Amino acid sequence: MKFGVVTFPGSNCDYDAYTAIKVLGEEVEFLWHKSSDLLNSDVIILPGGFSYGDYLRSGAIARFSPIMKSVNEFAQSGGLVIGICNGFQVLLESGLLPGALLRNAHLRFAGKYIYIKVENNSTIFTSTCQPGEVLKIPIAHMDGNYYNFDGEIEDLKKQSQVIFRYCDKDGNINDAGNPNGSIYNIAGISNKEGNVIGMMPHPERAVEDILGSSDGLKIFESIAKSFSKGIAIERA
Amino acid sequence: MSNKKATVFVRLKDGVLDPQGITIQKAILNMGYDQVASVRSGRFFELEINAEGEQGDKKIEEICSKLLSNPVIENYTLEYEK
Repeated sequence: MKFGVVTFPGSNCDYDAYTAIKVLGEEVEFLWHKSSDLLNSDVIILPGGFSYGDYLRSGAIARFSPIMKSVNEFAQSGGLVIGICNGFQVLLESGLLPGALLRNAHLRFAGKYIYIKVENNSTIFTSTCQPGEVLKIPIAHMDGNYYNFDGEIEDLKKQSQVIFRYCDKDGNINDAGNPNGSIYNIAGISNKEGNVIGMMPHPERAVEDILGSSDGLKIFESIAKSFSKGIAIERA
Repeated sequence: MSNKKATVFVRLKDGVLDPQGITIQKAILNMGYDQVASVRSGRFFELEINAEGEQGDKKIEEICSKLLSNPVIENYTLEYEK
């Protein structure tokens, strides 16, 4: 299987994502924002960083780049897309995922290891995780405060679209474990169909023990496992 | 064709947390001005437009809703001047 990592002007986790896929042992190529060719990728990674300088709103301008037109079509026909940090912001601005990310409630940049609980392990992106497993993964963001209307949050819960929630070391969901003020401690969500996921924590920065954690690798292993089983890979 | 100018004001919707506004309010209170009950932050854009009539106005509305504001969390208002 082949991963494609999009590079926008201002992306700074594209090489981390590329390296993570190398660690996983799968094929990976960079996709340039001005191109509309996905180079036959099976999975698209929208990496972290500050696309277009975070001007206007995080992800607001990247959404209109030529590559995103192709990514949109790819996602809508069932292709797998994972947006990490700024990539999550791009997916929200594109309307591929519901909601918005506001400035962190404490107004400071948050860069540290945190813990997230796997709320739903029956997704393409979490299939190798245990139910309720706690993952240690770093965050690095200024605008990670997930926001949505009460009704929409209820819909996300009902449809099992909340994939990761911030928690403490022992897996308790509480304010102490919430690094940015996100509603319902939301750290990652998927679309209804389950082929598009966005998350603020950086799994690509936690793929080897020498980095402090290899928990992030589980997300990429899950994708590879789901792919080899042919789950949800029904692209037109 | 005469250029007209549009000013777009983008504000957070009621009920959406505005941590910047809250922090600015705290600073105002710390300065000793205790009359300020709340602050909401926002931003504005000035656009010069090479189009006339309703067709041009419709385009501006599209720009406002597609790019300048995020309808999930923000509202915008438009003011025109010749």
